[in-house]
Amino acid sequence: MINTTECAVDAQSLISISLRKIHNSRTQRGGIKLHKNLLVSYVLRNARQVYMNEKYAEIYRMQQYEEVMTVCNEIQELNPLDLAEDCEEQRGDCCGNGGVSEPASLCCALLPVSQLVAVQSAHMQPPSACSAPLSLQSDEVCKETEPSFYQSCCAEAYPVSNCEFSPVNNLHCNKTTVLDLDTHVVTTVENGYLHQDCCASLQQCCQGAQYSGKKRKVDFEYYISDIEEVPDFTPCKRAKFEDCSYANSEHLDTSNISNLISIFGSGFSGLVSRQADIEQALALNGQFCSKQALSSLGAMTRAIVAF
Amino acid sequence: MMFDANTGGGSNDVQWCFSQVKGAIDDDVAEADIISTVEFNHSGELLATGDKGGRVVIFQQEIENKSQPQCRSEYNVYSTFQSHEPEFDYLKSLEIEEKINKIRWLPQKNAAQFLLSTNDKTIKLWKISERDKRPEGYNLKEEDGRYIDPNTVTALRVPVFRPMDLMVEASPRRVFANAHTYHINSISINSDHETYLSADDLRINLWHQEITDRSFNIVDIKPANMEELTEVITAAEFHPHQCNTFVYSSSKGTIRLCDMRASALCDTHSKLFEEPEDPSNRSFFSEIISSISDVKFSHNGRYMMTRDYLSVKIWDLNMESRPVETYQVHEYLRNKLCSLYENDCIFDKFECCWNGNDSVVMTGSYNNFFRMFDRGQRRDVTLEASREGSKPQQVLKPRKVCADGKRKKDEISVDSLDFNKKILHTAWHPQDNVIAVATTNNLYIFQDKVN
Repeated sequence: MINTTECAVDAQSLISISLRKIHNSRTQRGGIKLHKNLLVSYVLRNARQVYMNEKYAEIYRMQQYEEVMTVCNEIQELNPLDLAEDCEEQRGDCCGNGGVSEPASLCCALLPVSQLVAVQSAHMQPPSACSAPLSLQSDEVCKETEPSFYQSCCAEAYPVSNCEFSPVNNLHCNKTTVLDLDTHVVTTVENGYLHQDCCASLQQCCQGAQYSGKKRKVDFEYYISDIEEVPDFTPCKRAKFEDCSYANSEHLDTSNISNLISIFGSGFSGLVSRQADIEQALALNGQFCSKQALSSLGAMTRAIVAF
Repeated sequence: MMFDANTGGGSNDVQWCFSQVKGAIDDDVAEADIISTVEFNHSGELLATGDKGGRVVIFQQEIENKSQPQCRSEYNVYSTFQSHEPEFDYLKSLEIEEKINKIRWLPQKNAAQFLLSTNDKTIKLWKISERDKRPEGYNLKEEDGRYIDPNTVTALRVPVFRPMDLMVEASPRRVFANAHTYHINSISINSDHETYLSADDLRINLWHQEITDRSFNIVDIKPANMEELTEVITAAEFHPHQCNTFVYSSSKGTIRLCDMRASALCDTHSKLFEEPEDPSNRSFFSEIISSISDVKFSHNGRYMMTRDYLSVKIWDLNMESRPVETYQVHEYLRNKLCSLYENDCIFDKFECCWNGNDSVVMTGSYNNFFRMFDRGQRRDVTLEASREGSKPQQVLKPRKVCADGKRKKDEISVDSLDFNKKILHTAWHPQDNVIAVATTNNLYIFQDKVN
């Protein structure tokens, strides 16, 4: 069993080391070594799994803490009338059609306080009604917000630091950027909330996560220098998400690594088990609606955590 | 095969002595001089090495010197030739390395010797022949080659062969090209003496030794969608006696045995050899260290040996569920895998070999150490190939690596190991206790102490 408590930091460094190896292999004499890069991709997968497990575990711990705090606060200073009105207003915006039949109070009771806060912060941003956090409580709510969620986010610019507006800034504000290489949608996990920050293609985003088979096939075939399939590469799209995704990258060469990830991420998809991710996330967080979160990212998501 | 009483003995019977070392002495190693393969021929008289520069050097064992029976005969350079040159694939904009990946000797049929050598893409059949006579007494040519004016010739004579200094010539007889999209890792000659196989990362091809413009694909594990790739072929070998049987190993730690009689395309294996992973050993690098770097049949054809990063495993061909023997080569490295990953050492591909009667197996390690495991006596020994221990007939002292902090005298701690000094290639004489061990750019020959 990989010792996860010590390994979250190691996982990060392993990911960057692995990406560097893959990048360097492109310029090695004799061409890309398929065997070595396959093994490196396994390390990358393992490190990513550990890292994401750690993140989910952290989010779950935070949620639990906040729920406990909510109960305490409610006991102490609850004014049911005011709170219900706020909730209803926000819930209506958040849920789009308002087709949810649950009463406001129930809705508020369901939403932990951290979510209310995040909903508030979301409203500070233009113009999205539904930039609400993805980690919604009930399945019904999740389903209904899904389509509009995608649409609204396209208008947002990256990087908007929600942390600045959010009162949860008092808590440890962690941001992790996830790049979906199929839809080129960049999502930020922030204190457990997934925001879609930008997307390379507006259309792709609005249509939901559409699997672009051609683009995926492209890079891996190019990567292995197999002339049997001709690469169908579009540099302009790559440049777009390069800008928005990697503004925060610290020590890695942004353009090289984004190129690298776009190449790598579309390959070795057999190694990446989305099902495994979901199961792991569910195992860790019974209530956490990660299943919905992950499924909303598309049918064939191959996300890689970037730094 | 006849073995004399001295051969095949266990490690406690045999005392290994330094015999010779070939190669440059200076520490500054030229990349082209890095040895990439070592192979004895079927009689053990010839020893071939290939290097990164695409050269093949063949050593020949001299006839034993009867006046000095305690000194077994030495290996001296017999032939040197440039087997492969660097090439450029213009279509893919790829340079093809000239490094010799494997050499395999053909069984001898006549006075000449034949071997197959391969780089990443092309296999070549080389004929090595001796010339020790030359014709003399031409009518129209002087001895130095100048032409004689025919008008001055008054008598005719028949040219005759006269002895000359031995000249060894190597000439390429066949070139087997353009059959592999991926990097060739293995070649293996069939016991039928007519065909051989070549394996790359995803495919195995069957060739006839005489035919260069055609080969048959017998294994293809390339998935329809390359994104679903999960394993590659790492080594392949024909069975020593059954011409229809071969095995190939994978990066996932499995070995597949295939029967060519079953179907033309042997994608479906006849047997699958796999040991379940120990979950307590799971780490980030589990996949890397389980990748098999070499597979070798025993001489008797009943067993096969596989080498992964930390261990050597012996498999009985009749039992697929697990190996019958497992030997830890350098278990003390298990805690160092992260550093070994960073410096790329974890990707080193160690080879392994059997002795003549399959009682002892040998493989290399770091710090110029190599290990021998005596299967019958359940003993193992660690020896070192270094210039310090290189006085003629000097007995090699067993070495020991200390895994914990309590280092005894003469032991070496794990942290002092030099990971740049690695022994990847070793070979054992088919009959005698003579071994060839390749360090980075030197070839060491050791033999057992003859009393």
